[in-house]
Amino acid sequence: MSSPATPGVLAALSPRDADTSADRRAELAEIDASTSGTVLLFFLAGMVWLLIGTVFALLASYKLHAPEFLAGEAWLTFGRIRTAHLNAVIFGFSAEVAVGVMLWLMCRLCRVPLMAQSVINAAALFWNVGLTLGIVGILKGDTTGVEYLEMPKYATPILFVAFALIAVWTIVIFRFRREKHLYVSQWYLLAAVLWFPWLYSTAQILLVLEPARGTVQAAVNWWFGHNVLGLWFTPIGLAAIYYFLPKVIGRPIHSYYLSVLGFWTLALFYNWNGFHHLVGGPFPAWMITISIVASVMMIIPVVSTAINHHFTMVGHFGKLKYSPTLRFIVFGAVSYTVSSLQGVASSVRWFSEVAHFTHHTVAHAHWGMYAFFTMTMFGSMYYILPRITQREWPSERLISIHFWCTALGIILYVAPLSWGGWLQGKAMLDATVPFLDVVKITLPWLKLRTLTGLLLAVGHVAFFVNLVWILARRFGPYRQPEPMILAGVTPATPAGK
Amino acid sequence: MNYGPLLFLGILLTLAGSWFGLVLVPNQQLGALQPSVNTNTGAIYPQPIPGEAAQGRELYRSLGCNYCHTQQVRPDGFGSDIQRGWGKRRSVARDYIYQKPVMLGSSRTGPDLTNIGERQPGYDWHYTHLFNPQITSKGSIMPPHAFLFKTQKIGFDGPSTNALKLTGEFAPPAGWEVVPTAEATQLVEYLRSLRSSVDIPEAPLPKSE
Repeated sequence: MSSPATPGVLAALSPRDADTSADRRAELAEIDASTSGTVLLFFLAGMVWLLIGTVFALLASYKLHAPEFLAGEAWLTFGRIRTAHLNAVIFGFSAEVAVGVMLWLMCRLCRVPLMAQSVINAAALFWNVGLTLGIVGILKGDTTGVEYLEMPKYATPILFVAFALIAVWTIVIFRFRREKHLYVSQWYLLAAVLWFPWLYSTAQILLVLEPARGTVQAAVNWWFGHNVLGLWFTPIGLAAIYYFLPKVIGRPIHSYYLSVLGFWTLALFYNWNGFHHLVGGPFPAWMITISIVASVMMIIPVVSTAINHHFTMVGHFGKLKYSPTLRFIVFGAVSYTVSSLQGVASSVRWFSEVAHFTHHTVAHAHWGMYAFFTMTMFGSMYYILPRITQREWPSERLISIHFWCTALGIILYVAPLSWGGWLQGKAMLDATVPFLDVVKITLPWLKLRTLTGLLLAVGHVAFFVNLVWILARRFGPYRQPEPMILAGVTPATPAGK
Repeated sequence: MNYGPLLFLGILLTLAGSWFGLVLVPNQQLGALQPSVNTNTGAIYPQPIPGEAAQGRELYRSLGCNYCHTQQVRPDGFGSDIQRGWGKRRSVARDYIYQKPVMLGSSRTGPDLTNIGERQPGYDWHYTHLFNPQITSKGSIMPPHAFLFKTQKIGFDGPSTNALKLTGEFAPPAGWEVVPTAEATQLVEYLRSLRSSVDIPEAPLPKSE
């Protein structure tokens, strides 16, 4: 399948198995096996949260054009269901799957088996206990009222402990690495685990435990809120793309220097972006301006990463037909470019004046968190799961359903809602249009959003069934005896005929 | 980039930049902001909101009202906030110094509420609107908050003084009445307390007022 690599700087820096010897493959198998239980735990828990989050999402979306639906109880009101959705998919699904992918990648790239798995398993347990408390708390009405940090005080310390364990363990794996070369994915993963605890603890202290005065809270809120995406999910998503893209097509990343440029400019600019959420708000102009400048500077990391990925892929687009991993990853990589550039536009004052408080922003958030991050995580799971369960995916058809429902679903979600939000913003700018007429303009777009949400839900269920099925094969009575040693160098998990 | 410590240092220093610039510096600039005292009248603005309204604010937070309603008026010439009558002047940092948490909001699925207490000073409108927004604002997509009200049999002394005046399809069956619970009252007190048309040095009211 994959031709033996010619040793060179680029080959050495790529995650491809330059050394195809049996030793190397045995080592990979050992590493994969060591991560198996823990990574499965994170994936399964994450997927359960995705299903829960999807139910909340559908309810919230439907309520927005049928306000009397299930309106009899406080815990079912839109403000709580919407928030439960957000926390379930961000801190349940996205964060847990991200941790699973991160641990697996880190162990492989460092060539170290996952040690003392029980520590990380305990972290997974803490995380899910904290999250359950948090989401029940939100439904009960104990929310902090701070966007992206809604989980109440009694839940967040548990989450923090869990995260600290995960971060420390990831750094420990990194510290004991046996591979001298640091691959670009490792830079991003290391950055993510160092950045997130800093963000989270600062935000918890200044917003929940000892709230800062007045609008400083809003500033800290958006410094945190934007950085959760920018400095936690984005680096992990990019680490996965940088790993799986060359891995599946079997060639090294196009340019080492573009990787370096992309990484450091992202590190430099992304964390200054947050205040573009405050354009027009009660803040000194310098605060807003500095974030708009940093947001525009994001063009550099985004475009350099896009060029790097594109030129890695060139000539290999035919493989999209066969590899589900590649399909999802390429979809995610393209969405990263598009949604980031759209984000750059949204941060500029004249654009923000129209789009800021509209459904356009909701669409943008889903473009980033779903079309980029979630699709990338799906792709990663398609690659990782057969390797840690030692089984092939049971159903091609379910993979197809999953891909087309989520890919079409999210495009049909994001594109029309962006436009609907823009129309809403334009109408709102015209003070002669009564507010209730503005509401009327949004209705068709909100209804369409519910339909596309259903499409996404079908995709999620299809994936979940396949996931349970692969586990049933793994642990069920029909254990297949084949070894997984070759799996480590299989260039693709075939989805086609 | 195969040298771990350098990577480590770079990662920490980059975030330290915005932590300093976007957290510490704003805190330095805005974190000690004091109320303003009108030199002519001696009036102090803003003031902490009183008890019932403060409890109502907790309810506003807990129900997630801030996900559809902003509480910030953008400056004249940027958006139509002032033309729509959502405020007479732009919002400034001083307006928020007593708020925990600050709920600026990020979406206007519903209108801005910075000055809802000025736009709708009466109780009746708020109670009816909360009970079912369709009564006061046909076509609204705000959920009804009937769970903050009690439907009860009218007693011997006749209807309660605070019973909602409901007609047509929204009226309770004959002999019954709809009264607000303590929570509904708190929420309405909070909404009525929302007003910011006060002249302050950094954001004076328009001269024509």
